[in-house]
Amino acid sequence: MIEVENLTVRFGGVTSLAAMSVTFQPGTCGLIGPNGAGKTTFFNVLSGFVRPAAGTVRAFGSDLLSIVHFRRARWGVRRTFQTEQAIEELSVYDNVAMVHEHAKVTGSSRRADVLGAISFTGLQADPAARAGTLAAGERRLLEVARAVVGRPKLVLLDEPAAGLPDAETGHLAEVIRKIPEHIGALTILVDHDMSLVSACCETTAVLDFGKLIAAGPTAEVLRDEQVIRAYLGTAEQP
Amino acid sequence: MLDTAAQTAGARQGSPLRRPAGATMVRGGVIIALLLLTLLALPELLSLYYIDAMIQVAVYAVVAAGLVVLVGWVGLYSLGQAAVLAIGAWVTARLLFATAQPYPVVLLEAGLITMAAGTLIGLPALRMRGLYLALITLMLAGGITVVLATTNFPNGGHGFLGYNAAAVHIPAIRRPAIAATDPAYFRYAVVVAILMFLLVYVHIRTRPGRAWAAIRQSEPAALAAGINTTWYKLWAFALASFVTGVAGGVMAGGNQYLYSINFAPQDSITLLAVVLMGGAYSLWGAVVAALLLQLLPALLHNWGVSADWLTILFGLGVLQVLTTAPRGLADQVPRDIARLGRLLRRAVSRPATRESEPS
Repeated sequence: MIEVENLTVRFGGVTSLAAMSVTFQPGTCGLIGPNGAGKTTFFNVLSGFVRPAAGTVRAFGSDLLSIVHFRRARWGVRRTFQTEQAIEELSVYDNVAMVHEHAKVTGSSRRADVLGAISFTGLQADPAARAGTLAAGERRLLEVARAVVGRPKLVLLDEPAAGLPDAETGHLAEVIRKIPEHIGALTILVDHDMSLVSACCETTAVLDFGKLIAAGPTAEVLRDEQVIRAYLGTAEQP
Repeated sequence: MLDTAAQTAGARQGSPLRRPAGATMVRGGVIIALLLLTLLALPELLSLYYIDAMIQVAVYAVVAAGLVVLVGWVGLYSLGQAAVLAIGAWVTARLLFATAQPYPVVLLEAGLITMAAGTLIGLPALRMRGLYLALITLMLAGGITVVLATTNFPNGGHGFLGYNAAAVHIPAIRRPAIAATDPAYFRYAVVVAILMFLLVYVHIRTRPGRAWAAIRQSEPAALAAGINTTWYKLWAFALASFVTGVAGGVMAGGNQYLYSINFAPQDSITLLAVVLMGGAYSLWGAVVAALLLQLLPALLHNWGVSADWLTILFGLGVLQVLTTAPRGLADQVPRDIARLGRLLRRAVSRPATRESEPS
């Protein structure tokens, strides 16, 4: 369980997250909101890239914010990025193995874990192929493989389906849905594709201009007037 | 934890990173043949003029390998490598005059001391990269060169600096007993270069290499993968400085007399340009860069052409490489040769096919 209390992030005069308080229960949770709502900033706080002005984050009983950024992978935080970050010079295998070795996963075979993570995502590419030679959809799956390798506790997916065609988004949805059960990690999904969020997330939280405006079961949240207004600028259904 | 089915499916796949055995053997065979040719045949075939030039090639190949680590693997543009080389040469000269330690021990000490100094030069890299890092390292290199020009290189004098301006008969920096002559010293320099290349190769093919590749492409992605980016950047500077320091030590024995003019700060710029031209992403690129930087001027000089033309040639070369082959000549030339081979094979097989066609 992730408990966020009064989380506030400011960049100069801009408040990117304003006293955000929310609890993410185990499973796959959605985090949605218009552009600039603070979703990626929230992920950056959880990853340790941004230091909040105030607030706390307790993750499975640990004070997440007290852990140095590069040690959070070791603790169990994994993430993907809005602009995918497959390491082009490295092979598919090494991209995933890199996380496994630096997260210092013990008690299991690296080779089995890495190939298992690649297999879990359904990525069909040759593990020895350079990541730079992969297609966009394969690179997204590779990022997900990096995010699920080595028993993570918390998986943050930042618009993993951005730019993907419907068929590949459908496959990705299946993979994301499997993460809590097969990997055992709490997963937070940020995406603008509401069909993906609906398909994957039991619960969803909504941010608008850094403020949490709704949280609860996904179907209810997506019907919420305030949420529709935040996205469409009007409370009336088109 | 992943499900057992996924693990079993993964484990069924073949070895993930193994090259085809034939390709590896051919590659290894080519490298061994080239090394044997370099160590056994070249000293017998070349004149002393070219052997001296090839000693410098061995030295600068190691310096370029350090830049391959910094630029090609970590993405840190350092313009201070000429100064790091100078530190290695200075320390070696001082230790050789002051002590009777065996040459390899002195090289190791010079590498370690230069590593400490070079890592200090790399400290700004923790805060900046790109143009700003290049400028800072260039300025630091300029400062070191000024200090060396003022204090001079050790030449057998007393005290910490070991410089004696009044000396009439300036003693030469000693060489190892087994490598007193130029051909023997060339072999010695090549062996040291091979060891330094192996050190770099082991790094870039293992855990640090993976971490550096991640840092170069995206520092946030590297941090998210659990990589201590500060540590690995310093590690890259330490490794590059160590091998450059050892190269400086080999240079000290090769030149036997050292002058600050040999380590001009602008040489770092030329060095970076030539490494980009040779190929900053592979150790072959470092060898190509060293040949361009040291053998080409010797050839031009021998042919009566001013080496100043090389500045223009390198400028054009960098332009050519950056626009048509960002991975450098070490990558472009083999690919172009393979393409030419395919074209020739197609050209040869076409008439034969036509002849075999029924009329």
